[in-house]
Amino acid sequence: MLKIYVDMEKCQHYGQCVFEAPDIFRLNSDDKLEYTATADDSERGNIEAAIDVCPMQAIFLVD
Amino acid sequence: MQHPVVIVGASMGGLRAAEALRRFGYLGPITAIGDEPYAPYNRPPLSKEVLATEVSHEAVAFLQRTATQDVNWVLGSRVVSADLEHQTVTDANGEVYPYGVLIVATGLRPRRLEVANGMLAGRHAVRTLDDAIGLRAELVPGAKVVIMGSGFIGCEVAATARKLGCDVKVVGPGTYPIVRPLGVKLASELQRRHESQGVEFFMKRKVVDLLGSSRVEGAVLDDGTVLECEVLVEAIGSHENTEWLQGNDIDVTAGVLTDDALRAVRASNGAPWNNVFAIGDVARFVNPIFDEIPRRVEHWNIPTDSAKRVGKVVATMLGDGVGGAAAAPAELNEVLNEGFAPIPSFWSDQYDMHILAYGLLGLADEIKLIDGELSGDCVFGYYRAGKMVGVCGIGLRSVVQKYRSVFTVEGGKA
Repeated sequence: MLKIYVDMEKCQHYGQCVFEAPDIFRLNSDDKLEYTATADDSERGNIEAAIDVCPMQAIFLVD
Repeated sequence: MQHPVVIVGASMGGLRAAEALRRFGYLGPITAIGDEPYAPYNRPPLSKEVLATEVSHEAVAFLQRTATQDVNWVLGSRVVSADLEHQTVTDANGEVYPYGVLIVATGLRPRRLEVANGMLAGRHAVRTLDDAIGLRAELVPGAKVVIMGSGFIGCEVAATARKLGCDVKVVGPGTYPIVRPLGVKLASELQRRHESQGVEFFMKRKVVDLLGSSRVEGAVLDDGTVLECEVLVEAIGSHENTEWLQGNDIDVTAGVLTDDALRAVRASNGAPWNNVFAIGDVARFVNPIFDEIPRRVEHWNIPTDSAKRVGKVVATMLGDGVGGAAAAPAELNEVLNEGFAPIPSFWSDQYDMHILAYGLLGLADEIKLIDGELSGDCVFGYYRAGKMVGVCGIGLRSVVQKYRSVFTVEGGKA
């Protein structure tokens, strides 16, 4: 099981992560980022891609 | 012993290339050589939030993954020449680095104002962490700041400097700030919003001279206007760092020309070097989403997208690099044929405005408001011959996001 943490102080809700890991990240109706804090190991590649494309580098995988 | 993969440039592109090499199975030696003293860090915050708060390496450093812990980082070392026939690069101290594969990730450096009395203190570029540290120290309340250049970086620094209580004037060559690529409507609105925050604009003007003896005291514009100036920010574009590649059979006019595997092509016959790649700001490549014209693209996603493409190609070519077999030619061909069609994306923060864009806005011959209102949150569509080539919004991120899927290659490849 993977644990995901987004630093919401840093996050500017650009939503780039949404395209890389759509099952984990989404923008809500107020254009704010929401995410699922745990994921199956099979999501690791997508989450790492989301970490890479985050302009604010606000996403972390907690092993 | 097998020569390492040598990455010249230890910024985001260099880091992402090393990560991609490992992810796609290359376990052999990697050396990354960078001229800055810092491990790779994220540059965009340097003109935005980090400039407004604390500027430190810790605040912007990229997280280093365990897979790349054994990369040999050679920092504070400038590569000055390359010999592609003999597969070596040489740094300023005369150190020679043989390579099996070379990845060019040397990016850009800021263009600077060239004036007779150019040695004055108080002049700043905005590219490196050290640039930002130096600029931050001088952005004190009441400081008279003149920003040369009205592009994204100029406007971001203007907004940040206003927030810090500086007196801010922007001198730009165009009709409106960021008019290329945003277009007149959005750019004039952007200027209005900056003016409402107290920024003064001097458009269709340029700085032609500086006043002062040891420190800059004034900026002289081409119409004779003299602006009082204690801090001069030079955000007037950039040069490609390709001089070190000169003398080789390679095309370095306006960046390193590559094929769609990001392999550098020979100037003599257009054939690619099989072991020389270019990534990030410095690579000039065709993006089949738009047309057949090779371009450099200075968007933040390009280093990452191009590094992943190169990492996969090189890892397929070399195999694990520690004795295992390399891929069969058919498999390598398959990877080479995957093509490269990254969706350009960029964003900008100015005051409470969050600007988000996809595509190549500058290609448009027609620009239309497609959602919202110009005075508030709004989205513009950018079209060439009726086909969307870009989308840009202030706010309304969900709307902008929906258009991202428009940017695909006709026929489906890549």
